[in-house]
Amino acid sequence: MRRTAGLLLLACATFGAVLARADVIGSPPVNDAAIQSAGFPLKLSDFAFFTQPGLQLPGVGVTPYALNTPLWSDGAEKLRFIYLPEGTRMTADGGGLLQFPVGAAIIKTFAFGEGPERRLIETRLLLHRADGWTALPYRWNAEQTDATLALAGGRMDLVTPAGEAISYAIPNKNQCKSCHSKDGEVIPIGPKARNLSAEWLEQMVVAGTLDTVPAGADSLPGWSDHATGPAAPLARAYLDVNCAHCHQPGGGASNSGLDLRWEQSDPHAIGIFKRPVAAGRGAGGHEFSILPGAPDQSILLYRMDSVEPGIAMPEIGKSSVDHEGGAVVRRWILEMEPR
Amino acid sequence: MNRLAPTAMISTAVLLALSAPLAAEIHTIAPGEGAAERLQEALILSAPGDEVVLDAGRFVLTDGLSLDVDGVTVRGAGSALTVLDFTTQQGAGEGLLVTADNVTLRDFAVENPKGDGIKSKGADNIVYYRIRVTWTGGPKAENGAYGIYPVESTGVLVSHSEVSGASDAGIYVGQSSKITVRNSIVTDNVAGIEIENSRDAIVTRNYVTRNTGGILVFDLPGLPVMGGGNVLITNNLVVGNNTANFAPPGNIVAGVPRGTGIMVMANEQVWIEDNVVQDNPTAPFMVVAYTQTFDDARYNPFPREVVIANNVVDDGANDPDFPGGAMLLAAFGGTLPPIMWDGLQQDADTPALLTIPGNPGWSLNLSHQGQSLAEAQPGPLDVPAYGQPWAMDGIGAPAELEARLK
Repeated sequence: MRRTAGLLLLACATFGAVLARADVIGSPPVNDAAIQSAGFPLKLSDFAFFTQPGLQLPGVGVTPYALNTPLWSDGAEKLRFIYLPEGTRMTADGGGLLQFPVGAAIIKTFAFGEGPERRLIETRLLLHRADGWTALPYRWNAEQTDATLALAGGRMDLVTPAGEAISYAIPNKNQCKSCHSKDGEVIPIGPKARNLSAEWLEQMVVAGTLDTVPAGADSLPGWSDHATGPAAPLARAYLDVNCAHCHQPGGGASNSGLDLRWEQSDPHAIGIFKRPVAAGRGAGGHEFSILPGAPDQSILLYRMDSVEPGIAMPEIGKSSVDHEGGAVVRRWILEMEPR
Repeated sequence: MNRLAPTAMISTAVLLALSAPLAAEIHTIAPGEGAAERLQEALILSAPGDEVVLDAGRFVLTDGLSLDVDGVTVRGAGSALTVLDFTTQQGAGEGLLVTADNVTLRDFAVENPKGDGIKSKGADNIVYYRIRVTWTGGPKAENGAYGIYPVESTGVLVSHSEVSGASDAGIYVGQSSKITVRNSIVTDNVAGIEIENSRDAIVTRNYVTRNTGGILVFDLPGLPVMGGGNVLITNNLVVGNNTANFAPPGNIVAGVPRGTGIMVMANEQVWIEDNVVQDNPTAPFMVVAYTQTFDDARYNPFPREVVIANNVVDDGANDPDFPGGAMLLAAFGGTLPPIMWDGLQQDADTPALLTIPGNPGWSLNLSHQGQSLAEAQPGPLDVPAYGQPWAMDGIGAPAELEARLK
């Protein structure tokens, strides 16, 4: 199946890159065998997802996408792509995760710095193999020409967009799974129809790479409004995207009983007057995950505002505090009627 | 910038070469340069049946470790010799996280993790054998919550292990079933051993001392797994649990009085026999309903059929850690009798507590769940005698776990 020019244009528009069409037409195809066979290719270039890796210019079948409300990772810029093998398509499942064919890949590159100063740090892959999804982390070289498999993860000193010098953690392969898992299986978490724009979904349908734009699509608010938009939907979207992959039944933190999914409506389950279970010093001396009207007495915000292991939430994937996310959650708790 | 890559890459290549599906392999890891990466890679690349062997020495770790491969054994040279040192940990909620089934952890130590020591979640049939988790600065609120922390698992054996300094529970088993915790030493924790929202558990032959509370059997509301019970507590040495409560406020164990021996909150059918319970100055035995308000229709806050049979107990509590303790002591002639009950039960046909007729105890005589202790009307204990033990076949860790210790 031919990709339409529209998607290529979207790629250009999204990243403002100067895309020479000749690059795509003359570029080697994506290496389907590397995606689908067992084993862990040592180099990101083995997959041939990009025509110009350092510029993150996608090859044929590789489509960029963006999320309404993204997961925050120390303020990293994230370049997200999906790859679908020739002749395959995704199917929608209501507002939930798009269902991907075997052979698909989800690609996310983490970058820090603006313009010519931008450095690619790591690229995380989710490969849909016949026996399920495999998650692999790749770490970019200093020359920005390729990235190397980093099964055990690693650390790297850098300065965040907020100006904080941190020791940034690249997750190890198992840590990929600690977020990307449900009932013990690796799954994608980002590309849910509710968190994707209707425009993008429609383009995919037109291109023949998605069956339909489902009801419930594009229902999460856009994060660009976070400073002034209504607090409740923004906070719930933020918690869904940043926390609910663990904090839901079958997730990594199911034993806490805290369920932060967008669709959860039980106040106790989302933390209101919910007492801590295994929080230890993470409780910070507070009695409830959320005490309505009292953000400074709410464990949820206390843990979001910490970087100390044993207190900080999320437990992995951050080395600094997301002040914007915290501000939204604070506004939301403040708005709640005290009992 | 790139501090770790060279060693990581070399060892990745080596281990990839070894990762073909062959017979069970042994991956030996020595401490020293690059040990953290080599160890984590071995844990990722091992196959079911493999052993990851940790040489003697100190492994300095800045990030949490994790194991997600079924049937792997992680074996050190001994809990005094192989030490995973998390003193400078920068990330993750625990030292080691296990999320696979049929894993055996043995003969190593974890020191100063920032969060929990070793957590195993949804990890059925796990063995912790000769494991030590220590916060080396002694009891401090900044210490991590749990030392040994299996949760949401069926089949748990903790044996010959040792935990001290946990700011919640030394050995904590939560939302699990078929559990044995035995022959272990727990000291200087808030709770020594805690069995929470769990069923079919045996706690036996442990040395439990210098904690705030010795052995706790709790059932709490609002969790995915509730309805704890069928727990046997025998032949433990529960002595001198008299450390001031150092749990961070807000946690359920922060409400455990200093000087509690064996405490049951909610739960059905807990049998307590042949323990030595001495020098626990608030209450050698405490049986209570869940103390706080809750909103969970699935939850039963009352203890049902907690049996305190023959135990070796002193005269009781002479320095209780609750308001009005001094007045109570005076009223009871200087010593509170060994069994303390809050007086609450589900209904008249479902006794909370049964014991030997004449066994000395006292009741707070509360009239409803969630009532303030200030409204207690203390009086002598008057509860029924127990009969035959209920059927306890099949409780405790499965025999297959025992077999792995050989």
